[in-house]
Amino acid sequence: MAEIQTIILYCSLFISLFFEVFLLITYLEVREELVLEEKMLSQKIERFPSVSIIVPCFNEETTLKKTILSLLNLDYPANQLKIIAVDDGSTDGTLRELAQFENHPQISILTKENGGKYTALNLALEKAQSDLVGCLDADSLVNSDALKKIVPFFDDTSTMAVTSAIKVIEPRSVLQYAQKIEYNCSIFIRRMLSSIGALYVTPGPFSIFRTQVFRELGGYRHGYQGEDVEIALRMQKHRYKIVNSHMAHVYTTTPMHFGALYKQRVRWVYSFLNNAFDYREMFFNRKYGHVGIFILPVALSSIFSVIYVTLSTVWNSVSRVLEAFTKFKTVGFDWNFSTFSFDWFFFNTSAIPFLLLGTIIFTFIIFSLAIKMADGKVRFSRGVFYYPILYIFIVPLWSMKAVFNIIFKKQTNWR
Amino acid sequence: MIDSKKYIAAFSITAVIFATAIFVSNIIGQKKLEDVRTIENRVALDILSSETQFALLEETSCKDIGPGFLSKELGSLGGKLVYAENQTGFNTEDIDYLKRSYFLLEIKDYLLMKRLTEKCGIKPTFILYFYSTKDSCEDCERMGYVLTALRDKYPDLRVYSFDYHFDVGAINTLVSIYKVKPDLPAMIINTQTYYGYHSVEDLEKSVPALRELARRARLLEASATSTERQN
Repeated sequence: MAEIQTIILYCSLFISLFFEVFLLITYLEVREELVLEEKMLSQKIERFPSVSIIVPCFNEETTLKKTILSLLNLDYPANQLKIIAVDDGSTDGTLRELAQFENHPQISILTKENGGKYTALNLALEKAQSDLVGCLDADSLVNSDALKKIVPFFDDTSTMAVTSAIKVIEPRSVLQYAQKIEYNCSIFIRRMLSSIGALYVTPGPFSIFRTQVFRELGGYRHGYQGEDVEIALRMQKHRYKIVNSHMAHVYTTTPMHFGALYKQRVRWVYSFLNNAFDYREMFFNRKYGHVGIFILPVALSSIFSVIYVTLSTVWNSVSRVLEAFTKFKTVGFDWNFSTFSFDWFFFNTSAIPFLLLGTIIFTFIIFSLAIKMADGKVRFSRGVFYYPILYIFIVPLWSMKAVFNIIFKKQTNWR
Repeated sequence: MIDSKKYIAAFSITAVIFATAIFVSNIIGQKKLEDVRTIENRVALDILSSETQFALLEETSCKDIGPGFLSKELGSLGGKLVYAENQTGFNTEDIDYLKRSYFLLEIKDYLLMKRLTEKCGIKPTFILYFYSTKDSCEDCERMGYVLTALRDKYPDLRVYSFDYHFDVGAINTLVSIYKVKPDLPAMIINTQTYYGYHSVEDLEKSVPALRELARRARLLEASATSTERQN
């Protein structure tokens, strides 16, 4: 039993380390590409394609106005930019907020009964006549130059979708500071995955598609509350190119408290696992390139290894506590600390602590590259410490809950 | 198109990191076992020295036997071997070899102790303890705590612990001499065999040698307190 535990632990560590090394090699390979990309994005845009941005809203009265104003503030020709706001049967003041924009020439407002985000997106897609169509969640804001940092990627006729770099709006709580680092890491990882054609999610905050994608592949699907993963996997399955623009900055509101974060992440993991199962033929299939052969299997295995390592750590800790309790019950507590002496012999010097140290060093290298890519310079904020310390404990919770929901066929709700 | 070279490079770097970690861990593990071997050598030398001294007793008296007559390191040696046995990263063959040496050293120390008590008329203060690592033995675990606590309480008490199922001829001989049944844990105190779990209090009450040690410890404590008061 102990041997099996050790082998699984070694395998998990090997995969984590392999992924980190793979990312760093990719970074070394694409450094020049990043410089060229920055040059390309700083050039004047010759032709502005028409763009429709869909804003699906369900009970978003507090953030919606800012979201729409940020879209209206985009540095993009007004005659080429349309905003389609869809109220998905909100029960709060969302409609009232939308009413303020009803006469705006760039904005169309649609209302419908509540049916879920994908239905709101599909309703708007029916109305969209533009070259490009995108989505912006109603809790997110775009940088004024975000669209200009995305559109040039469509000069490559094979590019079918462009995702943006999502950052956290003004973190205030410890959890939000931790999420800020997490999102910065995602900016780095997505940019690396973009270079190898392995993006498997087109996030709600400002992913832009060629409208033909939906004409050819159909509209959004429920996707187990993860329509953004489903459409990306569908595109990958049909070998549609998805790239990332790390300079197109979008700011999103992140959960301030654990309860909301937990629900959000259970939904993310739940939808990823279900969609991964639906698209299982892509796994280990060379036909789908890096996304099939490596990235999807790693993403999937990381969820299960997190759960396994956590359960095994809990099991070992409980055994030690029981052992200490048995000792206490047998001979009582030894108050005689004078007999305590330091002996290096009793330090764990198996390969595991050294491998963990290696993994932590690589993680911090990735942190610094990610922070540099997101913020322009390496500056370690408190989130760098909050993120690993908190996430070690909370990631297993939502991973286990998502797996539990799948096994016991429990519905995972949006909120 | 998949670039296999990148996978090979990433795999090679990861494998090198893994190999380095395993190599470093093995080196440290070897160093630790080397330390255990050094202690065993020291204990063997202590025993040889004591045996020589004992042989000379014919010409001298029991009064010449100092407090360092018997090796003090057997206890810590046992603890280290138990720890190494439960950890990964140690060579199991090396550990088996060191355990074998340890059990033999214990038996030699026990024989010396026995001869000393007979020759000099000292009341025996040693316990032969048999445990099992083959099957799950909760009582063995608890008994181990009790004996460790007793040894900490009475530094003069010598506990010789033996893995009942470990294949060493001398252990088998001890088992047959004292007719120890595989009903573990088992202890031999003054030729009397005790089976099963016994608490510290039980042993202190029922075993005369321990009562004597307890009395000696109380006297020592009392004299230390009175000396402290006088100072």
